[in-house]
Amino acid sequence: MSAHEHGAGAPAGPSVSPFKLISTLTVFGAIAGLLIVVVFQATQPSILRNQAAATEQAIRQVLVGGAQYQTLFVHEDELVAQVPAGVDTVPLEKVYTAMDGDGQRMGYAIIGTEPGFADNIKLIFGYDAASKQVLGMLVIEQKETPGLGDKIVKDSAFVNGFIRAATPLRGVKIGQGKGTPDEVDMITGATISSRITIGIINHQLERLGPLIEAYEQAGGA
Amino acid sequence: MKPTAAREDLLRGLWKENPVLVQTLGLCPTLAVTNSVENGIAMGIATFFVLVGSSVLVSSLRKFIPNEVRITAYILIIATFVTVADMTLQAVVPVIHKQLGAFIALIVVNCIILARQEAFAAKNTVWRSFLDAVGMGFGFIIALLLMCSVREVLGNGTFLGHSVFGPNYEPWVIMVLPPGGFFTLGFMLLGIAAWSRRKNPKPLRARPHAVTMQTTQRAVV
Amino acid sequence: MGDVLWIFVSAMLVNNFTLIMFLGLCPFLGVSSKVGTGIRMGMANIFVLTLTALSVWFLNRFVLGSAPYLRLISFIVVIASLVQLVEMAIKKLSPTLFRELGIYLPLITTNCAILGLAMFQTSRGYNFGEGIAFALGGGLGLMLALVLMGSIREHLELAEVPSVLKGVGLVLVLAGTLSLAFMGFAGLFTS
Repeated sequence: MSAHEHGAGAPAGPSVSPFKLISTLTVFGAIAGLLIVVVFQATQPSILRNQAAATEQAIRQVLVGGAQYQTLFVHEDELVAQVPAGVDTVPLEKVYTAMDGDGQRMGYAIIGTEPGFADNIKLIFGYDAASKQVLGMLVIEQKETPGLGDKIVKDSAFVNGFIRAATPLRGVKIGQGKGTPDEVDMITGATISSRITIGIINHQLERLGPLIEAYEQAGGA
Repeated sequence: MKPTAAREDLLRGLWKENPVLVQTLGLCPTLAVTNSVENGIAMGIATFFVLVGSSVLVSSLRKFIPNEVRITAYILIIATFVTVADMTLQAVVPVIHKQLGAFIALIVVNCIILARQEAFAAKNTVWRSFLDAVGMGFGFIIALLLMCSVREVLGNGTFLGHSVFGPNYEPWVIMVLPPGGFFTLGFMLLGIAAWSRRKNPKPLRARPHAVTMQTTQRAVV
Repeated sequence: MGDVLWIFVSAMLVNNFTLIMFLGLCPFLGVSSKVGTGIRMGMANIFVLTLTALSVWFLNRFVLGSAPYLRLISFIVVIASLVQLVEMAIKKLSPTLFRELGIYLPLITTNCAILGLAMFQTSRGYNFGEGIAFALGGGLGLMLALVLMGSIREHLELAEVPSVLKGVGLVLVLAGTLSLAFMGFAGLFTS
């Protein structure tokens, strides 16, 4: 094989000056960097647009049929609709909300991500602040074991168990529940993934629940 | 002799020196992303793009790359193309990009690409390097297609998402799990080895891949 | 601390780098014919993996915030430099070890496990402790896979294997069986 010959015949002449080596690599590095920056600028708008579209679609699936959707920002431990001038909204955590046709608030949509069994699990859930109930749950990203952990997406009994569940949620194994409204039946054989899913919602509400309450009391402006 | 050599450059990567099935290179992505045909094709196309781009660039610059830093230079070039491919995939097919995840970045250390730079592109004209890369790239895609067809059809009952056996098929889930990847490739290689021994009963070449990598790295050290 | 323990055990057993996540297959197929080489290769890998996790944490935290598109290139450069440094260190500290490892040291640069660790550590947002646990667990898991495969193959040398079956294909099928066994670790933590 040609690789063989090359290895055997490595040049043994005087070594090239370090300056030449470094300068060649620097030139290469500079050109590489330039190319990457150009492609980055070209693709960023599309990437951001795709992400925004995906988020919007997810929101519409947990807050169904809203007439008007709004993004709220978590800024300095407060939920606000408008950030002060000069503050970049990109790194801020967001809570989404929707109004129905009559101008009544349908609820809030919150995204949460936590490590799952294999990789991160990312989900969005709807939350009704008045009744403190979960309106529904949708897993957006997961890499759980196909056939087992990925049932958090495919098992409709599990997913529907979140609708109108009282918070904080309690995961129970099927058949062991007492029937209280805060119970969610976990998937047999995928209790870890189920528990993590429930945990994501509970942890997010622990943090954001009070903020949402404060926002509502302040008039929801 | 030119036309024959050129044809040879193009065709040998397809089967006779197929990078995966004969040289046993690039196995990490072959096993990791072949649990569905869609992912396999996407990975194949991305790797193809990186392979052809890098080979052409390395070949054009081969007179300017000092021998001592050539591996670093190759890796820089490959990494640039991979970053470009990564961003392009994210902009154009965000769903597939998410499924491929970290393995797009791992194209950088796909031994196929580095081996082709070292063994061929660094020592041949741009045209021949282009043909060689195209051949090897298609060979890689062919190997991926073989793998993911088997795994998706058996493990999920679908091909490109379309059900093949109808709704009553009980999928052989293990095929889309890690062991299935090992088994599929292993049996495929065993089958090819058995078939080629039938054709020419000679002792098997011992691990051509290890030889390539050894000579590649011996040249570095 | 429960998280860190889970990350460690997960990387080593439940989501073993080689047998479940498909990282580090090149050395796995090339170096796994003897247990001794497997152990040494494994230790070298653990060392490089840990240093990489450190560097990646540093880069992600302080450098790459403003230039995320340079992530891949900077990781690769760091890894290549680390391997070069480790090589020089081993050459100076233990020439015998250097000679034994020989070819396989520079091979660590193209080991998907190193770059794979960097990418997964980034995408999962591990902090310092979690990153180290990930590297140690992953490295030990890699070494475990190498040792297991090495012992099997050493035994195979003495067995009567039909000549048709000899070669990489057999190693892969064996790896598949090992992978199947490792999937049993999924039930390790039930809470």
